[in-house]
Amino acid sequence: MKTIAYFPGCALKDQARADETGTLGALARLGYEIREIPRWNCCGTVFSLVQDDLMRHVGPVRNLLRVQAMEEEKVLTLCAMCYGTLARSAHFVEDPERLRRINAFLDPDAYQGGVEVIHLLTLLRDEVGYERLAAETRRPLNGLRVAPYYGCVLLRPRPFAVDDPDSPAAMERVVEALGGTAVPFPERTECCGTHLTVTRKDVVEERVGRILRSARGGGADALVVTCPLCHFNLEERRPAGTPDLPVLYLGQLLAWAMGEDDPGVASLVGRAAVSSEAVR
Amino acid sequence: MASELRLSRAGLEAPFARRVEELSGENPYACYQCGKCSAGCPFADHMDALPNQVLRLVQLGDESALSLSAPWVCASCHACGVRCPKGVDIARTMEALRVLALRKGITPAPVRPDRPYPQIALIGAYRKLTP
Repeated sequence: MKTIAYFPGCALKDQARADETGTLGALARLGYEIREIPRWNCCGTVFSLVQDDLMRHVGPVRNLLRVQAMEEEKVLTLCAMCYGTLARSAHFVEDPERLRRINAFLDPDAYQGGVEVIHLLTLLRDEVGYERLAAETRRPLNGLRVAPYYGCVLLRPRPFAVDDPDSPAAMERVVEALGGTAVPFPERTECCGTHLTVTRKDVVEERVGRILRSARGGGADALVVTCPLCHFNLEERRPAGTPDLPVLYLGQLLAWAMGEDDPGVASLVGRAAVSSEAVR
Repeated sequence: MASELRLSRAGLEAPFARRVEELSGENPYACYQCGKCSAGCPFADHMDALPNQVLRLVQLGDESALSLSAPWVCASCHACGVRCPKGVDIARTMEALRVLALRKGITPAPVRPDRPYPQIALIGAYRKLTP
């Protein structure tokens, strides 16, 4: 049994509950003991891009401090946005002067630096491995045509990319290991519009329409994401006439393939089986 | 007769450009206006000035950049930054412009929520609207 510290973030306890349940169930089957960070707080969702805004790093760094107190060296995130803010803040405070100033807010504790922030995709590729994932798959996805959608935070900026920002493959490899057919499509790394969903709904609708048409054009039966905000936009900001593609979390596919129940995946895999019968 | 030609950034530097550089950490004068950022920006269609044009205004020290809608349409997806041949992360320049505008009291038009939003959307949006 390997232990790993886990930072859930707001969405995994709310609208992305299916992702958390599925992923943690699958990781338990893969031999991980998940240690949720006690008293975790919001990651801030967006990373501050100006130089004089130290205060916005206090939240993420406090979470890293809690990981340090657990005597763990790394922390796992499932949400792409949590990964982005935590990984980038961890890097930001590698500068001793910035760390000193942020620690002043965290008195009496002090973050020493050095906690590594990883995303689920990195864990699956580098620690679990695709072969092991395939070997542990009890209920394959029956060739279900799944289009992995990366969006922005998993791949950009470059130093924090979980995979090649121009040509990622990790999510495709996971889908294939679970017995699905990965469908790459041109818009898979293009931003969905993220928080503009609040201030510029029109812009997000245009983006979402393009992304879904692009995935459908590749012949996808469903999209898979790891970002709860992408999920919300892709489901709730569809302009009229957009292809009716279901959007799943990666955790739902993992859970199903490892033998856990997930009604969303169940109906899709059933349909995929029927259509491959028809072809035969 | 040969005369001496001196090239220096000093004559170009406008206080506004300097301030944007300090805040963003990105050198606006590194940009040679190739336009690759604008070509790849998924939001360019919705902007009143293209990303390279916004950067050009900053190079010229033109504060009208603060009144554009372009920085508010930028979603900080960093597609421009990973593609820039000069390594300028324009998403940071856009954030510096948003922050400078907010600190001067220039805010985008208020919006009325059309539905309930998940926390992840609300927190992301309001952090972009606080200086």
